[in-house]
Amino acid sequence: MTTANPTYRLELTSSPHVHSRWSTRQAMWLVILSLLPPLAAALVFYGIYQLLVIFVSVIFCVGTEVLIKLIRKREITVKDGSAVITGLLLALTLPPNFSLIFTAIGGIFAIAIGKEIFGGLGYNIFNPALVGRAFLQAAFPVAMTTWTIPNFSDAVSKATPLSSLKFDGILTALEPMFVGNIGGSLGETSAFAVLIGGLFLLVLGVANWRIPLSMFFGVLVFGSIFWFINPVKYPTPFFHLFAGSFMFGAFFMATDWVTSPLTGKGMWIFGLGISLVVVVIRIFGGLPEGVMYGILLMNAFVPIINRYTKPKVFGEIK
Amino acid sequence: MELTFWIALATMGGLGLIFAGALAIADKKLRVKENPLIGKVNELLPGANCGGCGSAGCYDFAVKLVEGKASVNGCPVNDTDSVKNIALLLGLDADDSVRLIPRILCRGGNNEAVQKMAEYFGPLSCSAMDIVSGGTKLCYYGCLGGGDCVKACPFDAMVMNDNNLPELIEELCTGCGLCAKACPRNIIEMHPKDRMIFVYCKNHDDPKTSKSICKAACLGCGACARKSEGGLAVINNLGVVNYDRINPDIIPFEKCSSGALTRLNVPDSRNPS
Amino acid sequence: MTQNLALEIMPDSPTVTIPLSQHIGKQAKPIVQKGSVVKAGSVIAEPEGFVSIPIHSSVSGNVLKIHREPNVSGFPKDSVIIKSENNGEAEKYEPMDYNAVTPEEIIERVRLAGIVGQGGAAFPTFIKLSPPKDKNIEYVILNGCECEPYLTRDYRLMLEKSREVIIGFSLIMKAVGVKKGIIGIEDNKPEAITKLKEIAKDFPGIKIEVLETKYPQGAEKMLIKSCIGREVPPGKLPMDIGVIVLNIATAVAIHDAVVKGEPQLYAVLTVTGNGIVTPKNLMVKIGTPLQDVIDFCGGIKEDAVKVIVGGPMMGVAQFDFSAPVVKATSGIVILTKDEVNEHPETPCLRCGKCIEACPLNLIPTKLARYVQLEKFEEADKIEITTCMECGTCTFTCPANIPLVQWIRLGKQRVLNLKKNQNDKN
Repeated sequence: MTTANPTYRLELTSSPHVHSRWSTRQAMWLVILSLLPPLAAALVFYGIYQLLVIFVSVIFCVGTEVLIKLIRKREITVKDGSAVITGLLLALTLPPNFSLIFTAIGGIFAIAIGKEIFGGLGYNIFNPALVGRAFLQAAFPVAMTTWTIPNFSDAVSKATPLSSLKFDGILTALEPMFVGNIGGSLGETSAFAVLIGGLFLLVLGVANWRIPLSMFFGVLVFGSIFWFINPVKYPTPFFHLFAGSFMFGAFFMATDWVTSPLTGKGMWIFGLGISLVVVVIRIFGGLPEGVMYGILLMNAFVPIINRYTKPKVFGEIK
Repeated sequence: MELTFWIALATMGGLGLIFAGALAIADKKLRVKENPLIGKVNELLPGANCGGCGSAGCYDFAVKLVEGKASVNGCPVNDTDSVKNIALLLGLDADDSVRLIPRILCRGGNNEAVQKMAEYFGPLSCSAMDIVSGGTKLCYYGCLGGGDCVKACPFDAMVMNDNNLPELIEELCTGCGLCAKACPRNIIEMHPKDRMIFVYCKNHDDPKTSKSICKAACLGCGACARKSEGGLAVINNLGVVNYDRINPDIIPFEKCSSGALTRLNVPDSRNPS
Repeated sequence: MTQNLALEIMPDSPTVTIPLSQHIGKQAKPIVQKGSVVKAGSVIAEPEGFVSIPIHSSVSGNVLKIHREPNVSGFPKDSVIIKSENNGEAEKYEPMDYNAVTPEEIIERVRLAGIVGQGGAAFPTFIKLSPPKDKNIEYVILNGCECEPYLTRDYRLMLEKSREVIIGFSLIMKAVGVKKGIIGIEDNKPEAITKLKEIAKDFPGIKIEVLETKYPQGAEKMLIKSCIGREVPPGKLPMDIGVIVLNIATAVAIHDAVVKGEPQLYAVLTVTGNGIVTPKNLMVKIGTPLQDVIDFCGGIKEDAVKVIVGGPMMGVAQFDFSAPVVKATSGIVILTKDEVNEHPETPCLRCGKCIEACPLNLIPTKLARYVQLEKFEEADKIEITTCMECGTCTFTCPANIPLVQWIRLGKQRVLNLKKNQNDKN
């Protein structure tokens, strides 16, 4: 019944016996790579101190994950890079020259409450980095809205394009917003840098194109509606597109695999939902920016979206 | 003003009365009478809802007991006192409840069973391993070593030993039988606790094959059956115990070359010998 | 890798192991004993029950024993082991003129010749050719798409046995009584398309459909959709929507059975992968041990890690090379570590790539999860039994979850549950 012992070692597996090059770890590191342009832009426009913020954020995110895995006696999965991503994303949502202590607190909160409490990677409902940011926003509202001036700017205003619009009624031109000559969080300063990183993700297929596209489409449509109603009072739809963290959120936050819907149809609903919340908050809300809440809110709807966007099984008659 | 007040009071009060009346009638007409016995029996059950009795939880089993659709001894977890009390409540005779206990009828661990010339990669679960060419051993009847029984046990009474075979911790076992249900090879069988003689093998291969694939296999040689007076038989290359006729004193245990036929040396509670 | 290698006939092995069950349905009943003298083509086992076919000896020689032997399915099966005398003695059925045969004669010959489907499931072909009267069959589709990546045997057959393919196909159409026949061929096989189109001119009703090259184009349901735009509903068979699908190799076997009177003694297969020394397209006698085929191809390289019978997506990993080639064997693929691309398993990241990849629009990640949690009823509700195990989900999954393995387990459990329920009712 047995054959002579072969020199090679055979593997017994279930079909399929071949696998694509995709792996969780590889996808995560690609995301990290794609975050380099916005990171570089942040350093260029806001100064080298931001590197410290980024460093602290990453260290505390990774550290928290290791600590929790140790306490729960689980395998340490830091190598998959997901905690690094959370750290980078969190740092990029913070205002320039942010307190390092607050950053550390945000990092701990993001991983502990945003991810590990649900069971770790793959089980969280909300985007961990945004959970961390939401916490900081609630805990340290003043620090979170103190925007310092970009390095090369002559602007006196310490406000972001969105807050200057909301509180002072000043509309910033599109061109500086695109290049990055504006106030804002680290990651939202240059729409151009975000676009480079984002397109990199889309081309490689890490992020699904449907989510950013549906968000752009949604914000243009909803923005246009208000602009047509009163072009003096409300900003142009393109302002919505380039202002604040919309670009950054669309490419890097909303496309998070774990917290976005499973199906193509679901992704469209998800993206349109986010853009609607963003426009409504920006126009009617007390806050200048709504991308974070838009994404967190739609994260909560993902299970329902998944439930009602079940694809039609091949050949099924309904 | 005053009129409005009275109208409002009358309407709301009237509505209240109508609904209260409807509820009262519904209560009388549609009432489902529950036998108070069910609650009492339910309290005497362990409340673990393990499903070992085959019902959907303890309450369901209590309903069946009261309706006479289940045996008082049907709950494998309950201790003898509770069983007696339930029997008393229901006015039944409790026969001395025989405790069932799982017996793992395979001894082909990593040291005994010959492994395939290939290493298995995939989820460590017996049922998932079974569909990939029947697991890692050449024996298609024996323990897969994936630990489905360990995972199934709600009482942590099953552990995998160094030889990658499951082992029972009898003190923790409640006899619920979930391990037996979880085993895709049906190696784990529920037996009365005082049964001491088992054939620890399930292999139906011919003697030559079974000898070549596992040191602990029953070869089906029949040495044990010859003078057993019907207590043992070889059916389809495998020794089978007939518990109605077996007489431990005349079985030549030492004749079993692989040791598959074994008598447990746990003291027998009924007839100590 | 092997598409330009012509088919070779492999010489007989010293002993062959012929399993008594090489098809779905009941195992055949052996009619020979130890010591019986058989010729190539002699019947050695008779069918038992309706879904069963006779088994023939593929060589001339003596029966050594009838015993449970390792099988390419991974589970041992009762087999007849024959020592080959290599004296060239053979037994055949009466050759028939393909223009004159009646449908009944074709079906009976296909049954006697023991022909099974070559798509993987090994369903006895004669049953497929005689659908129930209430099914109105409009089309017969011949699968000219290679069922799996790596394999090239259908392509070689279309090139080298083009005439046999077309005549075999016309016999199938005649047997079923259908006027419309379609051969679906992927567009990466232009030579086969031209050649078959040329010959098909003389056979009215046969149309060549050029299809996009993609996996799993060769799967029955995909092929029907691509060729005539109809979808097979879950739980239904192609014949329910008026279609019968057969394989290229089956058409050739039917031609040989009717025109030459030969039972199915050969399996046409591709031996390939980076782990084999010389890849080949071969015609191998049924029952030849894998070891002999591998040796004929120069042996296995040091860095090989998987030996798969079938294709890399749906085949079965082997552990014992004494297992024999059977009727439905379409390839032996020997993969190296580099080709396999294994990664550590991580939790599901809900990226949705498996859903995008699934050709049947199922939700593989959810199906696998339900099976892990033993929620078989929920899994059934989202059509777990529709899954054809093509493997694209697991191939794509970045978390490297063995989705197909879980789903296959779930399918078995769900079908068992349903069977038990039916038995109770």
